[in-house]
Order: sequence, then C-alpha cells, then structure tokens
Amino acid sequence: MLIKLIIRNAFRHKLRSILTVIGVAIAILAFGLLRTLVGLWYLGVEQSSATRLVTRNAISLVFSLPISYKDRIRQVPGVKQISWGNWFGGIYIDEKHFFPNFAVEPRSYLELYPEFVLPPDQKDAFIHDRKGAVAGRKLVAKNGWKVGDLITLRGTIFPGQWEFILRGIYRGAQKSTDETQFFFHWDYLNETMRKTVPRRADQVGFYMIGVTNPDLAAEVSTAIDKTFKNSLAETLTETERAFQMGFVSMTEAIMIAIQIVSYVVIVIIMVVAANTMAMTARERIAEYATMKTLGFGARHIAVTIFGESVVIAVIGGVVGILLTFPAAHWIETELSQFFPVFSVSPVTIYLDLLAAFTVGFIAAIFPTWRGATIRIADGLRRIG
Amino acid sequence: MEDTSQKTFIVEIANLSKSYRRGSQIIPVLQDITFDITEGEFLALMGPSGSGKSTLLNLIAGIDKADTGTIRVGGVSITTLSEAELAGWRAANVGFIFQFYNLMPVLTAYENVELPLLLTSLSRKERREHVELALNVVNLADRMDHFPSQLSGGQQQRVAIARAVVTDPAILVADEPTGDLDRVSAEEILQLMDRLVHEFGKTIIMVTHDARAAGKAHVIKHLEKGVLTG
Ligand SMILES: Nc1ncnc2c1ncn2[C@@H]1O[C@H](COP(=O)(O)OP(=O)(O)O)[C@@H](O)[C@H]1O
Ligand SMILES: [Mg+2]
Repeated sequence: MLIKLIIRNAFRHKLRSILTVIGVAIAILAFGLLRTLVGLWYLGVEQSSATRLVTRNAISLVFSLPISYKDRIRQVPGVKQISWGNWFGGIYIDEKHFFPNFAVEPRSYLELYPEFVLPPDQKDAFIHDRKGAVAGRKLVAKNGWKVGDLITLRGTIFPGQWEFILRGIYRGAQKSTDETQFFFHWDYLNETMRKTVPRRADQVGFYMIGVTNPDLAAEVSTAIDKTFKNSLAETLTETERAFQMGFVSMTEAIMIAIQIVSYVVIVIIMVVAANTMAMTARERIAEYATMKTLGFGARHIAVTIFGESVVIAVIGGVVGILLTFPAAHWIETELSQFFPVFSVSPVTIYLDLLAAFTVGFIAAIFPTWRGATIRIADGLRRIG
Repeated sequence: MEDTSQKTFIVEIANLSKSYRRGSQIIPVLQDITFDITEGEFLALMGPSGSGKSTLLNLIAGIDKADTGTIRVGGVSITTLSEAELAGWRAANVGFIFQFYNLMPVLTAYENVELPLLLTSLSRKERREHVELALNVVNLADRMDHFPSQLSGGQQQRVAIARAVVTDPAILVADEPTGDLDRVSAEEILQLMDRLVHEFGKTIIMVTHDARAAGKAHVIKHLEKGVLTG
C-alpha cells in the first residue's frame, strides 16, 4: 500500500514527472555514451598486445626504415616473428569513405595478428594474389563489397590509382577488434615504387615484431635500437601498447576531460532533480504531517519520499539505458570511421543504473529531512 | 454505584500553558488551562480566531508539546511521552478529523481508510473487514473505489471520519470539521458525530466557531486569548 502511494505520488504531476524522467533519461544516455567512449579507448590501449613490438624510425613516424633491417632484427635474441608494413593512406571514392589501409607482408602479418580471423581458403587466395587485399567485415558491409570485387584506391602518400582484388573478409576474434581495416601486399606497393619512384622503394614504415616471451619486451626493444645506433636510420622500438599510447597521448587528455564531463552531467541532473523533489515535497508537507498525525514515523515519511524520487530517477535511468543501445548502434554505423566498434558494456549499464539511483537518492535527502523533521502542528497549518 | 462509569474522566488537564516565540517576543497562546472531559462526552471548544483552540486540541491529541502543565488521557500522562511513544499512542487512541479532510489525494476512499491500519498487526483480510465496517458507518461503502477528487466535500469528510474511527479509538478530535462545508453537508457530519457518541460511545472534542455545530455538543468550553472563560 505504501508502494501504491509511492508510485501514484510519482506520477501525480504528469508533466513534471515526465519532464524529470526525460531529463534523467537524457543525462543517463549522455553519461552512458561518454563512458562507453572512454571505456573503449582504454580497452583499445589495453588490448593492444604487450608481446608485440613496433619498430619505427627514431626521428618520426613520417620517416621510413630500409627493408634490409628485417634480417638484422630477426637475429636479435628474443625475436620470434617479424612482419612489416607501410601506412598507405589511400582514399576510396572520397575522404568521407575513410578507412585505415596498410601495405603489409601478408603471411607474417596474419601470423602476428591472430585476432584477424580469415577462412582458410580466403587466406590462401589472399596470400597467392599479389594484387589481393583483405578487409574487415564491417568495412565490407558498409561499402557493399564482396569477395572478388575490384577496389580502387587513390594514393596520397604513394601517388596513382591502385587496384586491388578483394580476396578475403576478416572478422575480429573479439568484439573490440577493429573490423574496418584494409590491407594488401607490401610487395605490390614496393614493386610499383621500384618502377615509378625507385628512391622510395625498399622502404618500410614500421616493423612489427613478436617476442618469444612478453617479459623480454623491454630488453628486446633496447637490443634492436642498439643494433641500429649510429646508422643512417636509427630506430625506436616500443611495445604496441606504448606505440598506441604515444599515438594517442593527446587523446588521453581529451578522454580525461570526457570522463569529467560525464560526471558533471550527472551532477547537473542531480541538482535539477533535487530541486523538483524539494518543490514536490513542499507541496506535500500537509500530507506528510497528516501521515505523522496518524502515527506514521519519520521512517515511513522517508520511505515515501525516497521511494518517489528513486522511482522517477530509475525510470528515467532505464529509459536512458534503453536509448543507449540504438544510439550506440547509430554511432557504430554512421560514424564508423571514428568509432569502428561502439558497444555498450555491461559495466556501463550498471554504472548507468547506479548513477540514476544516486540521482534519485541524493535528490530526496533534503526533502526527506524537511518532511521528517517538521512539527506536525506546523505541517497541518500549511493546508488552509 | 449507579453513576460512576458516567463520571469517569477520560481527559484530565491541569495548569496547561504554551507560548510561541516570535523573534525576541514571547506570545502566550494558552495560559493555565485546567479542565476535565468525561468519557462519552461531546465537547465543543469555541472562541474567536487565534484564541488558541487548535493549539489546545493539538495538545490533547498529542501532536504538540506543552510548555508546562499535565495532560492525562485514559490514565496515561501524555505530557511525559517521547515523540515516538506519542506516535504509537495516537495511532491507538485518537481519531483525527480536520477542517480540510486531509485525505491522501492519490489513494481511494478505501485506501485512505485503510491507511492507519497499516500500523497495526491486522491481516489484509481483517483490515478489509474493518475498512468496510467503517465505510458502512459513514454510509459510503458504495464509493470506496473513488478518489477524494471524485467526492463532494461532505463525502470526503465522511471518508475522513471513517479513517478516524477505523482503529476504534476512544477519543475523536475534530478541528472545525464543518468549517469548509455547506449547511446540508455540515448537518450530516454533525449527525454522524452525534451517532458516534451515542451509538459507539466515543468521546469527541470538537473545535468550532459555528453555533449550530456547538449546539450538538453536551458541553461547550470557551477560550478567549488563551484563557478558559467558561
Ligand atoms: N507555529 C507557530 N508559531 C508562532 N505562532 C503560532 C504558531 N502556531 C500558532 N501560533 C499562534 O498561536 C495563536 C493561537 O493559534 P490557534 O491555536 O491556531 O488559534 P485558533 O485555532 O483558535 O484560531 C495564534 O495567535 C497563532 O498565530
Ligand atoms: Mg484553529
């Protein structure tokens, strides 16, 4: 019966309740999306392998390394596998269709990156076709490609029209694996460069190295860089994680800012909800006084007010959570060049619920204190 | 022996005083009130606005605290009880009737009457029996699913009376119960209160400044500026 009272009270002022619910829902939606963004970013950094090293030119990513380094790197103790590649930066149709594309050594690359899962026949077909390419499932779906299609990229770093045959479609081993990448044979790139711009041939953007034991990563890195000390192109070797972190060190500041904003959103809605609850409770002072007159204690009044506030906030929270999924899906499809994976984690849902509950709880504190402590005689007096 | 039960005092008030502080000023509201109320009596408390009637009623009903003096109700000295003890005591011993009915707008007539029973250990079925009985007494059994907003003022006050008697308290306190009603409805409410005294043996203490309402009472007490004048 108190439950009935709570629920009916919650929707007594329909417009006010609905507006509060919408406010909380939007706040929770924003909170959920921002948290998802931040979570995915950290997940990406975390999931980048600690057993893989990336060797690049010590000066900057823009400068390359000779292909001849591969044999010397392979000889460094602790190195198990090596692959290499170039950031190709080709454009498909126009800039709006952006996706990451690389020239890589196919066999070793696929070995080193088991998270890109290819059917064996497609893998074979890719490895044996010099003009073959492989693309992630999402990228393929977005562009409506199918295996066997001819795909033309306009080179930016490497000028010209480049034609590839799609030989395989990979899927990610994990949900968070990027399924929007495109890669093709480094040999195809290199041979073309030999013919057109020979001085740019036999150059590698980065080496990717698998180590025998992750604990050796630091030593192997140092050993590799020492090997090329005082040579024409000195190297910088770091774990893939560190490489990515460095790549996005700017982004980390932004991520922290986004995290702060996500909490600010909750605090704002908390203040708004608290104001609404205070207004509501003020109107009900005579009712609370009547309940106390009948013998109900401060505890009952508290349950009534907290209940009402939490009911509204949690309904708003649930609506917000339900909106989060279509919103995340929309981001994933419409903004896939920025967010190849945008999946809402269960932790985010729990955080959403916790945030909504907290909003309802905090909003009820002051009104409850008022309702519970007001003298009955004063409360009843309010009615006339 | 013949008259002793008639003469039992259910309320005994002695040297009761109360004042309010307004800034540095102390405003005496009740001064040295002493009187008794006999069990089964219908008492009207009259006096001009601001004379302290509501304050006195609140003190007797245990929803306000006196500065000095004692109140004994049914042998219990309520002036010495704590807040929590008073709450329990009120729930068991006093029924309240207000000028503006004070029903919960979101609860039906039935639920409003059931409300005080939630503090008892009665089962759902027993509560239903009590509520139906009380609604029958006020002749509103057919309206029990109506919300207060769907009832007239007189009907709402009858629901409030049902709520006041559902726990079967010995005392009913009513603060201007007809103050917001038209003459016909007011007359109905007064007749109902009369029945509660005569048929159910309740003691009623009613604040009013309506002479017609006071006419139903057995005893009329007058307050003037916080002093009992007769
Ligand atoms: N909480 C309060 N604070 C200050 N003064 C009060 C308070 N409650 C009542 N009073 C004063 O006490 C006096 C008596 O009030 P009340 O008992 O309501 O009178 P009545 O019911 O006879 O009209 C009035 O002057 C009123 O202003
Ligand atoms: Mg009054």
